[in-house]
Amino acid sequence: MEAKTCFHCGLDTSSSEIIYDEKPFCCNGCKTVYEIFSENDLSCYYDLQNAPGATPKEIEGKYNFLDNAKIVESLLEFNDDNIQIVTLYIPHIHCSSCIWILENLNKLHPSVSASIVNFGKKTVRVTYNAEHFSLKALVKLLSSIGYEPFISLDDYSIGKKNIDRSLIYKLGIAGFAFGNIMFLSFPEYFQVNGFWIEQYAPVFRWLMFAFSLPVVFYCAQDYFISAFKGLTSKLLNIDVPIALGVTVLFLRSTAEIVFDIGTGFFDSLSGLVFFLLLGKFFQQKTYNFLSFERDYKSYFPIGITKITSDGQEMAVQVYDIEKGDRLLIRNEELIPVDCILIKGNARIDYSFVTGEADAVSKQSGDKLFAGGKQLDSSIEVDVLKTVEQSYLTQLWSNDVFNKKKEDSFTNLTNSISKQFTVAVLSIAIIATSYWLIIDDSKALNVFTAVLIIACPCAIALAAPFTFGNLLRIFGKLKFYAKNASVIEQLAAIDTIIFDKTGTITANKETSIAYEGSALSEAEEILLKSSLRNSNHPLSRSLYALLEDNNILTLDDYEEHIGKGITAKHNANSIKIGSAPFVGYASESTTLNTAVHVSTNNQYKGKFTFYNKYRKGLSKLFNKLKKEYDLVILSGDNAGEKENLTKLLPAKTKLFFNQKPEDKLEYIKHHQDSGAKVLMIGDGLNDAGALAQSNVGIAISEDVNVFSPACDAILDATKFNALPGFIKASKQAITIIKWSFALSFIYNSIGLYFAITGQLAPVIAAILMPLSSISIVVFTTVCTNVLGRKLK
Amino acid sequence: MSVIYILLAVSILIAIAFFVVFVIAVKKGQFDDGYTPSVRMLFEDELIKDKTDKTILTKEE
Repeated sequence: MEAKTCFHCGLDTSSSEIIYDEKPFCCNGCKTVYEIFSENDLSCYYDLQNAPGATPKEIEGKYNFLDNAKIVESLLEFNDDNIQIVTLYIPHIHCSSCIWILENLNKLHPSVSASIVNFGKKTVRVTYNAEHFSLKALVKLLSSIGYEPFISLDDYSIGKKNIDRSLIYKLGIAGFAFGNIMFLSFPEYFQVNGFWIEQYAPVFRWLMFAFSLPVVFYCAQDYFISAFKGLTSKLLNIDVPIALGVTVLFLRSTAEIVFDIGTGFFDSLSGLVFFLLLGKFFQQKTYNFLSFERDYKSYFPIGITKITSDGQEMAVQVYDIEKGDRLLIRNEELIPVDCILIKGNARIDYSFVTGEADAVSKQSGDKLFAGGKQLDSSIEVDVLKTVEQSYLTQLWSNDVFNKKKEDSFTNLTNSISKQFTVAVLSIAIIATSYWLIIDDSKALNVFTAVLIIACPCAIALAAPFTFGNLLRIFGKLKFYAKNASVIEQLAAIDTIIFDKTGTITANKETSIAYEGSALSEAEEILLKSSLRNSNHPLSRSLYALLEDNNILTLDDYEEHIGKGITAKHNANSIKIGSAPFVGYASESTTLNTAVHVSTNNQYKGKFTFYNKYRKGLSKLFNKLKKEYDLVILSGDNAGEKENLTKLLPAKTKLFFNQKPEDKLEYIKHHQDSGAKVLMIGDGLNDAGALAQSNVGIAISEDVNVFSPACDAILDATKFNALPGFIKASKQAITIIKWSFALSFIYNSIGLYFAITGQLAPVIAAILMPLSSISIVVFTTVCTNVLGRKLK
Repeated sequence: MSVIYILLAVSILIAIAFFVVFVIAVKKGQFDDGYTPSVRMLFEDELIKDKTDKTILTKEE
């Protein structure tokens, strides 16, 4: 161990001096985990990966709601006698060591009989004997080794969900039928006449027919349904010509074998469906560990502590909270309902709801809104409204959240399919009428042949493979889009709206400036020593900023919650806190957060906290300003206005004090006048705006932690790469247009055979896969070139 | 020449057998998680190796 990093979690250990087993640890928590592992012969956890662990957090009382049988029952996947199975989401799962330790849980507790990790979804499925064990004990055990599960209201009754695997079945069946039909059609490709064929052809043909049945009636059913839906709403989507092609292929082939005319096109039919499903499968790439559909339920706790009339603490399910109940909210707990503060010091962080960066202090009797997080010690509150009626949850009843974005958007493929279908049908009719005059025996043959060969397999594949591959490339660059249509919409935007806090500012990072008379060295030491004792976030950031000084032992220290701190050392006293607290009357007009300092009752000056903007922010805005309208909508006050106008291009519009509804309305207003809006935000307060915009991107410092419902998640470190992603999306559209051109060439060749009445099954069987495969190769190569440029 | 019927029957039976195996595999959830099993299969021996040398060594020192 040459570097001074924690053996368990990899954090810097220079400030701590915990050495155990000759290994350095950053804190006692990490050391304890190491002890647990080495006592149970599990220390090979550290061989698989360097410093894989997480520091266990203090969870005293946090999981008391798991004592409630009703809550536990709703979380369990299986519960019979004493055997219980539960699937828990653990955000920390990140490496092979995690898989190993979690799958060896039975070594840590004999009641655990099996545990299976799903790495992609970051879940562990644990089977345990509930006789001497419980879900609460399991959660505590996991937390004690640094793998704290995340249980939210979203998990309520999630245990019994079914997984939809129909696409895999369909793909498997189509592939199976395609292969077998290919085998069976081979003899007739090469030998057209002869005794052998005459004798055995019917067997082969009827076998092909049998194999094609599940392909047409099961695998291709989605295309029929979608085509039908399209037609009823008077829309010629791409599935209409596909469904038409499949129907004609099947009917003509069946007719051919029934009347013993020919062998039919069963090979092309199954190949077509197989390739189409393959495209769908490829496009369906999802990021299991991310969720794009989050609402307040993913943030809210599942249970909360209720204080009964006789003073007992009891865990209740959040939905069971009734008006008038008395609740206990602990430190770091989320307030699930609107309520009135009764007892305790409330310092509430509303950043989830409003985007306001600073916590607000409340006195008893004040109203507290759902969605706030308590930052001080425990408080007691009286419930005013139930969960469904609270302010935050009401936001979710807005129509925006029930509308699916993809439905209101005509994609490139569908817009071209309209002209395509019309063109194909007219060619078919013209060719048929020509043949009706020349040689009417060939007319029907030509009509069906045109519809078969023009089946837009290649067109239907171009978009899924281009977007699917780009989705993958974006994912590698930490930009996770929900689906392919997000990329398509991203290419069309013309207005970009940014949220401020957490989006263009780096979360939790502030720069601090001091104004006032200079502090002497002794005063600075005293200041630092006093701050050291305080847990207030402002004290912590100020403490981290001040240079290292000797730490004094204070004679007297007192923290006045909501106001500030006083401390004494020898003859010197210091006051740190709000302006009135330190005795500074004339509060200046600035809206920025400031900490004032006075020593020996003499006012010294203040430390002002400024938002720290992301690196390269003004460069990014200057890059974007040429092509897009830029707007900043902030829920925060206007304290940063001056700073921002200096930093950003002149035409950027700035709006402050925007409530979540205001943001939503602003976007709606602009969309009505034809703007295509890209919203970039981070908090729940942006959720409405993200849902309303054409594309909503959530910025996340850590993609495993929670971001609001959105279309795409962008890792904060890649914030500056945003113009690159938009540009790549635009180029993807160009690629698709080129592949359309390519597939038209194949179609023209095929149409030549079809119109002249020479379409033999073997030509169709060669042409169709060839066009599909060349489209796949073309789009994949092009998008990979695009991806290389992005890096 | 009717041997072709036997060959056809055998080939289709084999194909169907594989198909059934595929359906069972999907049903059991083998296609749900494409990553973890690839890591899991490399773990089997770790525990035993661990018991014999690693922990004892570190504790003695």
